[in-house]
Amino acid sequence: MLEIKGVSFTKEDTEILKGVDLTVPDGKLFVLTGPNGGGKTTIAKMIAGIEKPDTGSIILDGEDLVPLDPTERAKKGVSFAFQHPVRFKGFTVRDLLDIAAGRTLSDEELTALLLEVGLSFEQYAGRAVDSHLSGGEIKRIEIASVLVRDSKLMVFDEPEAGIDLWSFNSLIRVFEGIRDRRSATLIIISHQERLLSIADELVLINGGKVAFHGPAERMLPFIMKNDCINCPVDEKGDLIGPDR
Amino acid sequence: MDRIDSKTAGLLRTVADFDPEKFMGAFNIRSNCMSIGRRSTENIKIETKTDAPGLDINIAPGTKGEEVFIPACVTKAGVDDLVYNDFFVGEGADVTVIAGCGIHTETGEPARHSGVHRFFLEKGARVLYVEKHVGTGNEAAKKVIDPQTECYLHEDAYLEMDTSQLGGVSSSVRHTSARLAARAVLVIRERLLTDGNDRAETYFTVTLDGEDSGVNLMSRSVARGDSYQAYQSEIIGNCRCSGHSECDAILSENGRVDASPKLSANSQDAALIHEAAIGKIAGEQIMKLRTLGLTEEEAEAAIIDGFLK
Repeated sequence: MLEIKGVSFTKEDTEILKGVDLTVPDGKLFVLTGPNGGGKTTIAKMIAGIEKPDTGSIILDGEDLVPLDPTERAKKGVSFAFQHPVRFKGFTVRDLLDIAAGRTLSDEELTALLLEVGLSFEQYAGRAVDSHLSGGEIKRIEIASVLVRDSKLMVFDEPEAGIDLWSFNSLIRVFEGIRDRRSATLIIISHQERLLSIADELVLINGGKVAFHGPAERMLPFIMKNDCINCPVDEKGDLIGPDR
Repeated sequence: MDRIDSKTAGLLRTVADFDPEKFMGAFNIRSNCMSIGRRSTENIKIETKTDAPGLDINIAPGTKGEEVFIPACVTKAGVDDLVYNDFFVGEGADVTVIAGCGIHTETGEPARHSGVHRFFLEKGARVLYVEKHVGTGNEAAKKVIDPQTECYLHEDAYLEMDTSQLGGVSSSVRHTSARLAARAVLVIRERLLTDGNDRAETYFTVTLDGEDSGVNLMSRSVARGDSYQAYQSEIIGNCRCSGHSECDAILSENGRVDASPKLSANSQDAALIHEAAIGKIAGEQIMKLRTLGLTEEEAEAAIIDGFLK
């Protein structure tokens, strides 16, 4: 179980998170959504250890992750797919995914992994993870670098960005498979309705706080009807503007 | 062949992955200024120069798929070796030349090797030239390797140079020049790692004289410790031709790099490009690998290994 308790964070005099509380049970798929700038990516980075909270705790299976660095958290079973993937001169796709897996993947394993994100082994295993890859291609490799780790907690920051429809559908099936097997806890940051629709729970983040959250079947109609993903909401989760 | 001592054998394996007991092709092994083993084949004749220390390597026209090993080793302090090797590659030949130099010293005295290699590629000849430099032994001893390479490519010739110097060499000054005739192509890949107080200078000059000739010059280097590197390249396009040079360097600790690329287009149809990037390892690269379970040190090592691979 992941428990985020009273997490606050200020950067360059801007209060980005204001006491975030959230509990994610094992094997659940949570989607964090909400307006841009609300603090979703910062929460994800807090979980991965890329940022550290000023106050609060992030507890995974009873252990507070806050004192741990990103390496230690990765070894505890936390994986994170960056919103803007990093490029490496000299690394091939195979090199990066071998590092992610912590071992040398067989051709068969690599073929299956790349297929999950809509890429072919023949075309991509030997490609350099550099500026010659398109935004969509590097994004899919980033997602693969998390999937291959088979971690108990996987965090994906806007996995849909830059991905074509066919690959997106494939990715949805991958996430659904993980959810159905309850083999890992998934936290996905997204604005995409299809991703929201496969969640166990939806969490609306706005203004550095959890505005509201609940089961997807109950929350999704409300969120879509009121365009909560794009429109500002107040601290209670109420819409601000003419639709209020 | 003379008996090869263990130090020389070790260097041969490192610089050229060469085992004289198993290799059946043409070779010459130079150790401490002397040839200690040589074999010619039907198609590749290796002969001692009469006017200077070194070799003439004659590769017959049409020779295909053969390798020739020309490694040099220095295993004694105080040695200052200078050698001139000329490669005459016949029309339509397609061969691999594996050179390289290793210096091993156990005392604090300096040792040096300077190899002057000239390549004459006849029409349609293709050569892969692999050259690796290493220094081992007493770290306090100055180990100097100063290679010079001149390349003359006739019509449709192709030369690929793969050079690496990945540690242990205190000082090196590399000069490489080439002239290309019509449709000839030159590809150069240089990989360089300096550390401590090492110093490495690289100078490339490529002249594109023939229509549709082309050069692709790629240099990747890492400067660690207090080391210093200088990189200068000049591509001169005298006709319709294409030239591309790329210089990427990673700085670590107090490493320093000067890069001076130069393009000279003497024809409106010369298409010349240069790309250069120098900087430390991006923090986001380190962070990505840390989220995959590597420590900061492991991440840096993996990035450098990949970069120089």
